[in-house]
Amino acid sequence: MKLSEIRDILDAKVIVGEDKLDLEITTAFGADLMSDVLAFARSGCLLITGLSNPQSVRTAYALDIAAILVCRGKSLTDKFVEISQELNIPILWTRYIMFEVCGMLYKEGLTGCVTQIQDSEDKQIA
Amino acid sequence: MTLETLVEKLELKCKCCWEKLKTTEIKGGYAGDLLSDVMANSKEGSIWVTRQVHLNIVAVASLKEHAGIVIVQGATPDKDTVEKATREGVPIMVSELTEFELVGRIYQLLQNG
Amino acid sequence: MPSDEYLQGIYYIQGRDFVDAGIVSSEIKKSLKDKGIPESIIRRVAVITFEAEVNMISYSEQGTIQLFIEPDAITIQADDIGQGIEDIELAQQEGYSTADDSIRELGFGAGMGLANIKKYSDIFEITSNPGDGAHLKSVVKL
Repeated sequence: MKLSEIRDILDAKVIVGEDKLDLEITTAFGADLMSDVLAFARSGCLLITGLSNPQSVRTAYALDIAAILVCRGKSLTDKFVEISQELNIPILWTRYIMFEVCGMLYKEGLTGCVTQIQDSEDKQIA
Repeated sequence: MTLETLVEKLELKCKCCWEKLKTTEIKGGYAGDLLSDVMANSKEGSIWVTRQVHLNIVAVASLKEHAGIVIVQGATPDKDTVEKATREGVPIMVSELTEFELVGRIYQLLQNG
Repeated sequence: MPSDEYLQGIYYIQGRDFVDAGIVSSEIKKSLKDKGIPESIIRRVAVITFEAEVNMISYSEQGTIQLFIEPDAITIQADDIGQGIEDIELAQQEGYSTADDSIRELGFGAGMGLANIKKYSDIFEITSNPGDGAHLKSVVKL
């Protein structure tokens, strides 16, 4: 699914990354806790979060996450936008709550970037 | 849809308040881990999907009159959390799925009635 | 600790300065990208430094993260001055946390920090004198 389609489904605003709307995204991870993202998310996924502080951008950068979708209409600070531009991470923004966002995108075919959490010795972050 | 149907269809493990599963109707859903957001935005009768496990989630769910809490990603609720939930009558269930996957499935079940 | 000739950078971290949490991780990631280190390795180092940084901001007065790049390994050495860790075994358990709400509302404090660092390290060592501070070494092999 293209980033532009995700924007349309969720009636989202593109805050950063107008030039990246053709980006193809197939998986997603939803969380407000960045340690969980750091533990379980995979590169190339869409991060759905209500955490609108610079830490979510820096977390996305650490893992090569494709784009961030900020949900619940959380207000974005200038600093958040600035860091997203600097680190080159597309930001979409929607008023839908995370439950609706995950539900709608799942229905349209996005899958979780990991399905189940299992004990793993695998140290690679794919 | 009742909590009992949800537990069966999505193979959730129930940690407390089994007696309420049959009679509790789910009116909607809320997902999130920031308690202040949950307090601000969630609705009565919702099933709350979260990764938080500490005691405070019970107070929030009880105050907002949620249908119950589902803890995702195989996280285990603290012992205090389960004890308090038992006292307050807040059903807690757990799932191995991630927040995105579980919410996706609950959403579809709710839509299909 | 690897010898000084492999020292790539020293980063200073101020305790309780939550606003910039993660900036060291971003900077380290950028510098590793410039060096052509494989992406999957960089991601692991970025996660490790991010969590180490958040730990220092949450639980110490101040600290440093040193990055060493040897031909066969990257070493992250994190040393801080502060409250230290009471029970190191317990602190490494997934889900164990002494975080307060200010940390949790920031998206951290779910008790995954040390567990994450350990998960992505090939070698992981941690020592602490409660009341003094904590010392953490993480090695990612190339």
